Amino acid sequence: MAVIVGLSCVAAFLAVSLLALVRGPFGTSFVYAAAGVIALAGLVLGATQLAGGATSAVTLPIGLATLGGHFRIDALAAFFLVVINLGGATTSLYALGYGRHEEAPMRVLPFYPAFLAAMNLVVMADDAFVFLLSWELMSLVSWAIVLAHHREPANLRAAYIYLVMASFGTFALLLCFGLLAGAEGGYAFDAIRAAPPAALAAGFAVILALVGAGSKAGLVPLHVWLPLAHPAAPSHVSALLSGVMTKVGVYGFVRIVFDLVGGATPWNGLVVLTLGGITATLGVLYALMQHDLKRLLAYHTVENIGIIFIGLGLALAFRSNAMDVAAALALTAALFHVFNHSVFKSLLFFGAGAVLGSTGERDMERLGGLIHRMPKTAIVFLIGCAAISALPPLNGFVSEWLTFQAILVSPQLPQWGLKLMVPAVGALLALSAALAAACFVKAFGVTFLGRPRTPAAAQARETDRFSLAAMFILAGLCVLAGVLPGFVIDALAPVAKSLAADVMPRQVVQPWLSIVPIAESRSSYNGLIILAFMICSGTLTALAIHRFATRATRRSAIWDCGFPLDAPQTQYTSSSFAMPIRRVFGKVVFGVYEHVDMPRPGETRAGHFGVRVIDPAWRYAYGPLARGVAAASLRLNHLQFLTIRQFLTLVFCALILLLIVVAAWR
Amino acid sequence: MALILDLILQGVQMVLVVAIAPLVLGITRKVKARLLARIGPPVIQPYRDIWKLMHKEAVLAHNASWLYRTAPYCIFAVTWVAAALIPTYATNLLFSWSADLIALVALLGTARFALALAGMDVGTSFGGIGSSREMMIASLAEPAMLLIVFTVALVAGTTQLSAVATLFSTASIGLRVSLGLALFALVFVGIAENARIPIDNPATHLELTMVHEAMVLEYSGRHLAMIEAAAALKLVLYFSLIACLFFPFGMATGDKGGGALALGLAAYLAKIGVLAALLPIAETSVAKMRVFRYPIFLGGAFAAAALAVFLLFVSRGF
Repeated sequence: MAVIVGLSCVAAFLAVSLLALVRGPFGTSFVYAAAGVIALAGLVLGATQLAGGATSAVTLPIGLATLGGHFRIDALAAFFLVVINLGGATTSLYALGYGRHEEAPMRVLPFYPAFLAAMNLVVMADDAFVFLLSWELMSLVSWAIVLAHHREPANLRAAYIYLVMASFGTFALLLCFGLLAGAEGGYAFDAIRAAPPAALAAGFAVILALVGAGSKAGLVPLHVWLPLAHPAAPSHVSALLSGVMTKVGVYGFVRIVFDLVGGATPWNGLVVLTLGGITATLGVLYALMQHDLKRLLAYHTVENIGIIFIGLGLALAFRSNAMDVAAALALTAALFHVFNHSVFKSLLFFGAGAVLGSTGERDMERLGGLIHRMPKTAIVFLIGCAAISALPPLNGFVSEWLTFQAILVSPQLPQWGLKLMVPAVGALLALSAALAAACFVKAFGVTFLGRPRTPAAAQARETDRFSLAAMFILAGLCVLAGVLPGFVIDALAPVAKSLAADVMPRQVVQPWLSIVPIAESRSSYNGLIILAFMICSGTLTALAIHRFATRATRRSAIWDCGFPLDAPQTQYTSSSFAMPIRRVFGKVVFGVYEHVDMPRPGETRAGHFGVRVIDPAWRYAYGPLARGVAAASLRLNHLQFLTIRQFLTLVFCALILLLIVVAAWR
Repeated sequence: MALILDLILQGVQMVLVVAIAPLVLGITRKVKARLLARIGPPVIQPYRDIWKLMHKEAVLAHNASWLYRTAPYCIFAVTWVAAALIPTYATNLLFSWSADLIALVALLGTARFALALAGMDVGTSFGGIGSSREMMIASLAEPAMLLIVFTVALVAGTTQLSAVATLFSTASIGLRVSLGLALFALVFVGIAENARIPIDNPATHLELTMVHEAMVLEYSGRHLAMIEAAAALKLVLYFSLIACLFFPFGMATGDKGGGALALGLAAYLAKIGVLAALLPIAETSVAKMRVFRYPIFLGGAFAAAALAVFLLFVSRGF
């Protein structure tokens, strides 16, 4: 029943998509309002399925003739339906206001509901064919939206790289499902679960899933398309791409590795964990170096994906050693972070979109002082920044805290590789948490605080009320999930039960609504009491000050140690803020290239200072790859100019070779 | 009745840390002055300073926002909550379980976040330089701090400070290599986080070397009083943390009888007094570092703490 409702939602999305093609009555407001309502229905469906815990499945006579179309909503799918449709609903609400800025709405409107439909379909798919089809639909439709502003050359490049990476990812998943289905070709997920692959095939399948789903999620070094493509799209779609579609990538990985492949081995956990740690640290370091607000947020998504994969890697490591309670803890931490990240990253992209809409600027070096001109946006953006920097009592802290707790259980792991790698990953996680705070002090401080650096920033206006409503809902969720995390953890219990074979202790029944990962003697955290404490001590302090201190306040010019400079360019900029961290990590992590051109004494020309930061993934992975492909194609070029005899010989040799391979395989 | 008693004990702890914070600062200043062959201000001078600042008018820049005005209260309140959660004279207070060591580190992060933003609010180059450097130092010190937390948690099997202190105050833990490394690292981190020499100089107003003072340069009046009080409180917090983790002797761990509490209180004050005297001795014996040598200093702390964690992952016996 539930899955029928889910499929109806998908059909409704697609219908809206078609209606959007008809110009006239079905304009921007209709499309976003309808998409929002359908997403809300999907959200309710996901939430009820997650709470009810029942699995609902259906097989429809569509798709491949021998296979049919299998659809299923279990606990994992229900959770991701909640994440996708929560993002979809708030994005649609936001777009009711923001979508009016779009100069070419027909380049976005038809694709937007189809994008939501495809993401919903991915998590409901229960056979490889439907899964890959909807996965590819998701990629293509989002590619079309990335190309919405196609007149800018940078966007063309971004879309091209996205397309290449998406195709590569799908290709890896195709091979992965091929391995899982085996020689008989049982492509239904039930058939795969019933006949789990042999150890070697399972190992390859995990690697392929890591590459295929990881390229969609943004694991280093497969992340390169993400900071290009996410900012290129209109801001509300950026929020969906970064906040939600990366989570579908995580879903793909969890579905394949935890559900379909079955028994984990310790090295699976080791690989995933290590990649997660590297991804988290590099992601936030790259993010710190950016001065385009949307690109900074996109790079920062890479960090959060890393944190999620650290949790997943720990869960795999624990499960391979039959430590089910710890596995449930690590998996819950990862999924909690999936939820949290979808909430605050959408919020931050909405805020960036509001800034973009009102000033026309994405470059932080040209913004500043927006807290005066856009006070409401500033508040919600600040909450988002604090949440993503993992500051208590907000939600980002809770999931990181759970991940830390999972790391602290891991000395009990018997394998030496894990024993040595887990503390290193813990250190990387701690480092990335601290750098994230620096990153968002910079993002908020340079954009919203200080003095406006350009006339556009000085004349900014508060954004519209739909956008504000969407942002306030998400900011409220950040606070709620941080203060009452027990409810979220309990809601995740069915997922942990099905994938990690155990659950965390029930949280809602704990005294004072604390959260207790394993046992109270071990660790506990209570966001509610912390918040109450903060409010109490803050109020007490304010009362004391107002009782005992003078209230005299005077407004005056800036002091600045006696030498105030009027030009707003003398403020600290985004690059100067990041400079100390660039100096500390630059030589090791980036190919930072600083160029100083100082005029000699007496010369009257202006001095120049330039910084170039290159993502090492381009330098060390993709650059050589691209050059290799170019060189190979140059070599192979002369194959075009063979005689007919040579061609026939070539075909014959290839045939013989393939037959030998097949004979050897049998 | 028991609940009321527990509430009172928790309240005493909250008041205690705030009440002694300026005094502790005064002691460090006095000892430092004596070491430099000066007489130095009386130890109660910080109380007078705060009182004086509270009665001066607050001067705000024209473009200062609400964030600039609320940040001092927020910083003070959050630091206070963090300081109140560290067991000082007794363990197992009423709310001791509401936040563990990791949460404590993160609470300090919240205060720092607010302070760094406040530094950028008016839009001066000094505020920016302070915030930028503060976040750079924090991004090196916080991971080291979390690794120290890992070390302690792995030895004790819990991240609850109260439980750690109770366990460590019994002799069963003994001397450990890992805890020694953690203490070493914690001292380094504490020096960096409290803006003491060699990382920062709390007495300087020389522009190029300022970090903390640069951030709060524009503040005045009651706002500055709050920030100064929060800085003093943070120093007490780190002293309490060192005392509670590494010298938990004399704390009232079991029954909350009058004698045990009095002993705990006396022991706590003695420990804080000793630490407050040791800090200026360390400070006067080294020179201030250049900014870009901080990574070496904090990297040392990070390496020590990481080594401790690795040792504990290898064997719980270290």
